[in-house]
Amino acid sequence: MIRVNGLSRNYGLNKAVDNLTFDVAKGEVLGFLGPNGAGKTTTMKMLTCFLPPDSGSASIFGYDIVRDSMEVRKRIGYLPERSPLYSDMKVRDYLHFVGRLKGLAPPRLKSAVDNAVSGCGLESVFHSTIAKLSKGYQQRVGIAQAILHDPELLILDEPTIGLDPRQIIDIRQLIRNLGRDRTVILSSHILPEVNQVCDRVIIINKGKLVAVDSPDNLRERLRKSSVTRLSIGNSVPSGDITIALESIEGILLVSKEYDDGSISKYIIESEIDSDIRNAIIRKLVSEDIPLLEIYNEELSLEDIFIQLVTEEAPS
Amino acid sequence: MKKFGAIYRKELKYYFTSVTAYVTITVFLVLSGYFFFSIFRVYNLLSLQAIKNNDFSGNLNLIDGVMRPLMGNFSIILLILLPLLTMRLLAEERKQGTFELLLTYPVTDMAVVAGKYFSALTVYTVMLASTLLYPILLIIFTDPEIMPLVSGYLGLFLMGASFISIGTFFSATTSNQMVAGVATFGVTLLFLIIGWTAPFAGPTASAILSEFSILFHLDSFTKGIIDTRDISYYLFLSGFFFFLTLKSLESNRWKI
Ligand SMILES: Nc1ncnc2c1ncn2[C@@H]1O[C@H](COP(=O)(O)OP(=O)(O)OP(=O)(O)O)[C@@H](O)[C@H]1O
Ligand SMILES: [Mg+2]
Repeated sequence: MIRVNGLSRNYGLNKAVDNLTFDVAKGEVLGFLGPNGAGKTTTMKMLTCFLPPDSGSASIFGYDIVRDSMEVRKRIGYLPERSPLYSDMKVRDYLHFVGRLKGLAPPRLKSAVDNAVSGCGLESVFHSTIAKLSKGYQQRVGIAQAILHDPELLILDEPTIGLDPRQIIDIRQLIRNLGRDRTVILSSHILPEVNQVCDRVIIINKGKLVAVDSPDNLRERLRKSSVTRLSIGNSVPSGDITIALESIEGILLVSKEYDDGSISKYIIESEIDSDIRNAIIRKLVSEDIPLLEIYNEELSLEDIFIQLVTEEAPS
Repeated sequence: MKKFGAIYRKELKYYFTSVTAYVTITVFLVLSGYFFFSIFRVYNLLSLQAIKNNDFSGNLNLIDGVMRPLMGNFSIILLILLPLLTMRLLAEERKQGTFELLLTYPVTDMAVVAGKYFSALTVYTVMLASTLLYPILLIIFTDPEIMPLVSGYLGLFLMGASFISIGTFFSATTSNQMVAGVATFGVTLLFLIIGWTAPFAGPTASAILSEFSILFHLDSFTKGIIDTRDISYYLFLSGFFFFLTLKSLESNRWKI
């Protein structure tokens, strides 16, 4: 259980994190979403006891991040933004070193290292020097050091940044596995990532909290109107089609998007919370208009994000 | 304590796998060897002359003639070599960003600083021990007093320990190794030359200045005198900068 209460941190006059309040439930995978400079990294540095907050407080499993920093540090695993590692060390030596710093002694140390290595798929590079690994493998080593002592809370700062698509898929899968029996906070500005991996999303912008919710709820909350797309065979004059569609109750706007003579496509905006697909189908069938395709457009998290951030930003 | 050991071993391993230690030790051995033989030659000439002229009134014993000038030269070499040994310790962690990770592990600042400090001190001890070759040659072929040799080496060890402490501190304050090295060099040089101005100052100022001087305190060690005042000077200097290093790490957790 993590409680963040009015957490703030300034860099000079720049309010990097401004009065942030949220909770994270045990076992939850929380996504921290925000554009560059939103304050994600700064928040994580405070939660990991590296940077003291200017005001506000946070407790992790009941331990205050300032007063009981040592207890907090025993319980978290942290992957900083650029996954800094001792590049001159071998993976094996590095993980043993970190394990010792985390208080693991030989019999447990070996099994902890083995678990982290198999969990992160590091077997093939176990005896290699870190500097010689690809970015993706270095990222895995960074995650391996974070999970080494089997912490209750994992804090991962942009774990997939700078990886190729193949590696991104692997790392996301790894995070999903890790999230099964732990609490995870991960930051990202890649929306599909948060969408795929997280139970709940916190969106911040310019240090301030903009929204907290599950990806689904956020989508629901932000859908001002729902959008339906249609493809229709051109056996009927297009004026008739528009009139037929506009006569359906709940439809706000009909616009033709595309017409190549045989097929035309329409975008239909309707009131929120009313699924009008059935009404459209009935109407078109009764008018003998050939319907080729119909689907509801889901608002992507990307759209939500852009909406939220632009709505909140005073411009 | 176990965590101190982990950091200590990692640093020591770095020194010896990155050849930093070997290069530093070799340079120190070669330079001190050069000084040893040239000082010894001068001493030989002087004693030959003394025998010829039947004049033994001069300061002609092996300790004053060879070991004392040699140890004076050692301190100059150390002034240049030890900052090179310490400048990496924490500056590199800051540069690579591993510093942040290190401070989020359940490790005390004390374990971090002590691990780093004692690893450099160990390399220095090996470095100093390797020069024991020269006094051993002296003992084999001549008959010097043993006590000044022992106390001289104790003095050099303590002096190096305080240089390393100063170096660790400056390494903790910056992410730039060069800055750490140059600052260490500047400050230790200041401690070294502070005594040179002593003869030109008034009596009280002169006493104070020489109290601060690193060489002044080394001098009695090389004469074979082990004075608690000299020992406490070096211990205080080491302890003081060790404490400053701790505070510098801690300051990361201070609210500003
Ligand atoms: N060490 C620092 N000194 C001064 N300002 C800083 C420092 N670190 C961050 N900032 C500022 O604080 C604000 C928040 O930065 P932060 O790194 O937390 O953002 P972020 O959400 O992690 O961004 P990104 O997606 O680019 O990683 C930014 O305006 C940044 O310029
Ligand atoms: Mg960031």
